[in-house]
Amino acid sequence: MADLKLTDVGKTYGGSVEVLKDINLDIKQGELIVFVGPSGCGKSTLLRMIAGLEKITGGELQIDGQVVNDVPPAQRGIAMVFQSYALYPHMTVRDNMSFALKLAKKTPAEIDVAVSNAAKILQLDDYLDRLPKALSGGQRQRVAIGRSIVRDPKVYLFDEPLSNLDAALRVATRIEIAQLKESMPESTMIYVTHDQVEAMTLATRIVVLANKGIAQVGTPLELYERPENEFVAQFIGSPAMNLLAGTITGTGAITTVKLDGGGSAKAAVPTQAADQGLQVNIGVRPEDLIETTGKDFVFEGTVKFTEALGEVTLLYFDKVGDNDSVIGKLPGIHMDLRSTSVRMKADPSKVQIFHDGQSLHYR
Amino acid sequence: MHPALQGIATIFLGVGGCLAYFYFSNQFIDKVLFPAKGVNAGRNINRANIVRPWLFLAPALFALSLYLAYPVFATLWYSLTDRDKGDAFVGLANYYQMMDDPKFWEALKNNMLWLIIVPAASTAFGLLAAQLTDRIGWGSIAKSMIFMPMAISFVGAAVIFKLIYDTRPADANQIGVLNAVWMQFNGGVGSFILLRALPAVFLAFLTVGSLWLATTMIKGVSSFTAVLRSLFGVVLVAVAVASIGSVYGVFTATLPYGKPQTWLTMPFWNSILLMIVLIWIQTGFAMVILSAALRGIPEETVEAAIVDGANPFQVFFKIKMPQIAGTIVVVWTTITLTVLKVFDIVFAMTNGQWETQVLANYMFDKLFRGNDWGVGSAAAIVIMLLVTPILVWNVYNVRKEMR
Repeated sequence: MADLKLTDVGKTYGGSVEVLKDINLDIKQGELIVFVGPSGCGKSTLLRMIAGLEKITGGELQIDGQVVNDVPPAQRGIAMVFQSYALYPHMTVRDNMSFALKLAKKTPAEIDVAVSNAAKILQLDDYLDRLPKALSGGQRQRVAIGRSIVRDPKVYLFDEPLSNLDAALRVATRIEIAQLKESMPESTMIYVTHDQVEAMTLATRIVVLANKGIAQVGTPLELYERPENEFVAQFIGSPAMNLLAGTITGTGAITTVKLDGGGSAKAAVPTQAADQGLQVNIGVRPEDLIETTGKDFVFEGTVKFTEALGEVTLLYFDKVGDNDSVIGKLPGIHMDLRSTSVRMKADPSKVQIFHDGQSLHYR
Repeated sequence: MHPALQGIATIFLGVGGCLAYFYFSNQFIDKVLFPAKGVNAGRNINRANIVRPWLFLAPALFALSLYLAYPVFATLWYSLTDRDKGDAFVGLANYYQMMDDPKFWEALKNNMLWLIIVPAASTAFGLLAAQLTDRIGWGSIAKSMIFMPMAISFVGAAVIFKLIYDTRPADANQIGVLNAVWMQFNGGVGSFILLRALPAVFLAFLTVGSLWLATTMIKGVSSFTAVLRSLFGVVLVAVAVASIGSVYGVFTATLPYGKPQTWLTMPFWNSILLMIVLIWIQTGFAMVILSAALRGIPEETVEAAIVDGANPFQVFFKIKMPQIAGTIVVVWTTITLTVLKVFDIVFAMTNGQWETQVLANYMFDKLFRGNDWGVGSAAAIVIMLLVTPILVWNVYNVRKEMR
């Protein structure tokens, strides 16, 4: 139950290899913050720094207003759920969950109450005397979470907790975690994942990490609708947002961009007269493209391939401008569009404009 | 021919002979006996594949039955007969004679002492070395140094330690390291701290430690382990009583300062000095195996324990040790087997004199010095009976570890 504050936090290995720098982040009590980013972006490292398993080589970490850079993990009031569950293989479920409490010299009665409460929440009552090897993957995951709950920590840390589960179990456990969070609205949680579905569904706010720093912090829908930069635009959403090069030809509350591929796009992004002629990329999500026969289109392209997923059809376009990975997503089944030339338009409110990789929304 | 050349020639002949055996016998099966062509090609291939495993096993089976299985039965037979009476069957007479021999009981007692001390000390030091060398830069160098005695033959090690324990007259230079150190003590403050206070503290720790361990042994889970644990607990209490008793002795004993000691003639302590040789050798073995086991522990369980608030000792004893318990048992029993058969060290250093006799050396004494085949074989059978249950348990544990 605590606020976290990261100030200019950085991590350098061996004095020269910089992994993270200038991370500034305020986490309010009760938030579920999700760290996402491509592999190797340092999201797990950042989590481990908060846990105290990695040394913070720059900046300051505060939990509840207290600087904890040099406080050992156990005294930070954090609990961590590991990717591999990290259950102690030689201990029963009960012993696994009570280990931390025993180390903290709690009385047997207190331990018993805490363990049976956690077991009830996680439906582990019947498995308390089993060894981890006699549990299924989902049950092991619940024990790992139970081990955190019994400690009643200020901050819960999850390090890719679902990536060892199969697809069906992953969805079920994701929902369980969401319900767990709802049942403990006071608790602060930080959750690392590379799965953007987990990020979009669980997060109060998402932190996108890239390039040793934070690319954007915001609610899932802010990131989806108003990405700050091209990286976030392409990282959030699947398939990724289409980026098309062009030049600004009309400024004002609605900006007009003439695209190198032939068409033109209107975007509900305010620009000034000085932006006239600026080289930009427009961004439009595959699901926001609409088929049109009119003269007002963003681009016209030949569909080289289609994938019908049932509820939607993905259209893979041949080169549009100099971008050869433009994708459209139309509701329904449109197998017949293959090898035909199709015009696509988009609602101005769904179109982003990026200059030098940065969105013009956020100037 | 020079013996070294003979040795090299033997190696080449031996290895070459093995290769030649496998190559030519295979050729014989595939080309002559069951050629994979003609009308019966398919049938011949199947038959060749049935025969081939036996072909490969044959040399080992032959050697094992000639040099292992047959001697066991022959020894058993010798132990029940008397050569002087024309190989007449005498029942258990040899065993009765052996049991009347105080030297046999001395050997058995010493073997038990070896059995308790050497595997425990080797495994403990090996575990300590494995854990300590794991995280430091020069750890692998330290490991090779600790492992190196494994490459020395027992007799070689015995000779090295005989020099360490060597004695020269008081006015001569001591070439034995132990006496050289001993001559530095003069009964002053340093001597008091090192020879009385320090051992007393150690014994006090041993008392407290074994009593504490004994109390933890009381709470057993299943009935069988509960019995084992309480037996071990009784042993621990005995250790505690003995060590608290020795504290008084440490302060009152008169120590012969300034006189070089003939270490290997002091009953009880000379056995310990012999054991140190084997501990020195076996620690490397224990360290290598346990170090590999420690590396196999998932790092995340250790990190989870740190987050749970475990200090380094708790991480080691409550998280790491239980996870490598199986390997510890395997190492322990493997060393136990070596210890039960220990012969070379005792033979080379004291030859069983001054109350250092062990069973294997006793057997050798009776068999080849006393020419008493009956009693010697009886001693051999006793060793085998002691080794067999531990061997079975060891094999069982190794197989469990491999799964």
